[in-house]
Amino acid sequence: MSNTIHDMGGMHGFGPVAAEADEPPFHAAWEGRVLAMQRAMGFTGLWTIDGGRASLETLPPLEYLRSSYYRRWFLGLEKRLIAHGLVDEAEVEAGHSAHPGRRLNRTLALGDVPRTLVRGNFARPAPAPARFEPGDAVRTRNINPATHTRLPRYARGKAGTVEAVRGCHVFPDTAARGAGDHPQWLYTVVFSGRELWGAEADPTLSVSIDAFEPYLDPA
Amino acid sequence: MAHSHDDHGSELSEMQLRVRALETILTEKGYVDPAALDRIVEAFETEIGPHVGARIVARAWSDPGFKARLLADGTEAANSLGHQSPVGSHLIAVENTPDSHNIVVCTLCSCYPWEVLGLPPVWYKSAPFRSRTVIDPRGVLADFGVTLPAETTVRVWDSTAETRFLVVPMRPEGTDGWSEERLASLITRDSMVGTGLPLPADRAAR
Repeated sequence: MSNTIHDMGGMHGFGPVAAEADEPPFHAAWEGRVLAMQRAMGFTGLWTIDGGRASLETLPPLEYLRSSYYRRWFLGLEKRLIAHGLVDEAEVEAGHSAHPGRRLNRTLALGDVPRTLVRGNFARPAPAPARFEPGDAVRTRNINPATHTRLPRYARGKAGTVEAVRGCHVFPDTAARGAGDHPQWLYTVVFSGRELWGAEADPTLSVSIDAFEPYLDPA
Repeated sequence: MAHSHDDHGSELSEMQLRVRALETILTEKGYVDPAALDRIVEAFETEIGPHVGARIVARAWSDPGFKARLLADGTEAANSLGHQSPVGSHLIAVENTPDSHNIVVCTLCSCYPWEVLGLPPVWYKSAPFRSRTVIDPRGVLADFGVTLPAETTVRVWDSTAETRFLVVPMRPEGTDGWSEERLASLITRDSMVGTGLPLPADRAAR
């Protein structure tokens, strides 16, 4: 689902930003274990980064809002493990494995850890030339897919300008649902604050998103 | 609220138990190796943090050729410095000037240049920051105690794809001839996200 609680840009009512002085990397040991398990299971290649995001975005809205960040990650990971048949609910309940594990194509060994500390490369060979170039006027599409997308609600149906072409990348909208990379050209598109938020917006503000070509029409 | 430090009591014990149970199951099934998990946690606690980004920015302040390279291809330039852990693809450096201030946000989740800044702080992942930055960045800056000149334009970069953004803040006055190491001591994490400014020269490490 795309119009879910995670898409927060422009919402009011969450209050001021509260920064914590000298914040530690983790506030409790379990947070580090969740991050590490997330990385290790991501390494198996059973789902994509966008599949992972989709599992967080589709948590029940109240659960999403009341959970700390790593609790959310944990709930998403547990959900994904069950959905992929790697673990079953009775095992989660019992806290122990009741069946032998599935054979995975790869698992994360100690020696592989350095590889998980470097972000992957999401660029892919381009199936077609880029449709837009820097300086082009574009309008984002008004799309509301029931599945994962990276076009935020606040930037749909808005007029903007292509500022940069970032290459041809894995398309999250298909990758998230296991439907393949379908590489798409990626553009930095800039909008004026007034285009996004109306006449009362800060006149000095501009906002950019990185938008995949299927999110854009010529304007 | 996305995260509150007041409600840790019950959540903490519940989460400790649930996370430990899941790790036990995954280990018993042979899906994870606890030693590899230990190593990941250790890397984020001790090796990957804003000192990496500060070193990159200090070099950019000191070497115009490097700055041009960084702005042209962030990943290539960052890796030319030879960090312990390489920086992955699609790092984009954006430069603050007297006319323009950059702020990075991820309204949809928590995308953050963690290879150069470490794990994102709780506020970066929180609903207040994710919701307000794109509509009221000056209000968010005020929460951080930062006031920009009224005529400075504000550019917000919403990290909606696998590109990651690093802000190159302006070099503070009174730092001519400083070593890169001393310059780096002025470069805070927040100044590289755009929610802060570098420390003034009189706050440098000696």
